[in-house]
Amino acid sequence: MTATFTVIEDGRAHALAAEVVGDRVRVSTASLRSALGYELKAEGLCRGETCFPVRDRAALVANDAVDLAELARVTGRPLALDAALRAAALGTAADERVAALRALEAPDFTLPDFAGRGHTLSGYRGKKVLLIAYSSW
Amino acid sequence: MWQALYEELGAQGFVPITVALDRNAEEPRPFVEKAKPTHPSLLDTEHRVAELFNIVNVPTMIWIDERGVIVRPQDNQFGTDTYTHFHGKASGLYLDLIRAWVREGKGALAPDDVRKYQQVPSADSQLARAERALAWHLHQAGHGEAAERHFVRAGELAPKDWTIRRGSMPMRGLDPFGADFFELAKQGGAEFPMDEVTKTRVAPRMKL
Repeated sequence: MTATFTVIEDGRAHALAAEVVGDRVRVSTASLRSALGYELKAEGLCRGETCFPVRDRAALVANDAVDLAELARVTGRPLALDAALRAAALGTAADERVAALRALEAPDFTLPDFAGRGHTLSGYRGKKVLLIAYSSW
Repeated sequence: MWQALYEELGAQGFVPITVALDRNAEEPRPFVEKAKPTHPSLLDTEHRVAELFNIVNVPTMIWIDERGVIVRPQDNQFGTDTYTHFHGKASGLYLDLIRAWVREGKGALAPDDVRKYQQVPSADSQLARAERALAWHLHQAGHGEAAERHFVRAGELAPKDWTIRRGSMPMRGLDPFGADFFELAKQGGAEFPMDEVTKTRVAPRMKL
């Protein structure tokens, strides 16, 4: 039975349509495209300009549905899964994060202040920024 | 402290951006109300900054220059001496480094040195972040037991990441300032390669 399945990516929850059997999650290709931007093309599994080669197409896709664990494997992304509660988190591949850090360009982000107003790091270009991560714990 | 430094150096093109890695606005609010910041003071419940900059403990400082380039990587430094008797780092020495950067352009590292002293993630630590993100989602959805399993898994994958292990204690009913924290502290946190560069240690480290 196909029903809503939540995928967390970059801190945001996306609702996809998926069928769950045991630990296997098969996401509809339509919802994968609209929620996460992945598409199956002749070149492989693509997102924007980036394509990942797919050696075993049958393992990845069947009956208009994509196997989520296989998608994570093909794209090299970490996947945390709770099949019973129909939720997963798709992270960023270590290689990709390491390359971004090694490039030394500060990754951009937008976060709210305590009045709910958003601030974007790149909005402070032209200034020397001391970024301070802290917490109450 | 950051507000005072902003008032001192803001006109010279300096801005501190503080980011609270907390589960809600209420817990860091007392700090914010006391500091009354006019610089950006932000809340990051989803640990976006931790992910993007590979931050594994707090406080972590990163210098970003006028071009948006990281010129001093993750550094575990302090704005006050409240806990200097534990960590042995003197805030005054660090604040002087910032002043020298802003006023004289000193202290920015060469690109290869930034890379040398950066902390970078591994496949396991990236999976740990995904497990934490899932746990946090399940926690908020009221699935406490499932959340607990994924928080534990995240901690196993990144045993020295305190943004995960200490940061999830409030959600797990553990005490980030009590026995649970002392147990974690005994196991040790991440090493900061920048300690070698930013020499602010003034006293022997006390055992917790």
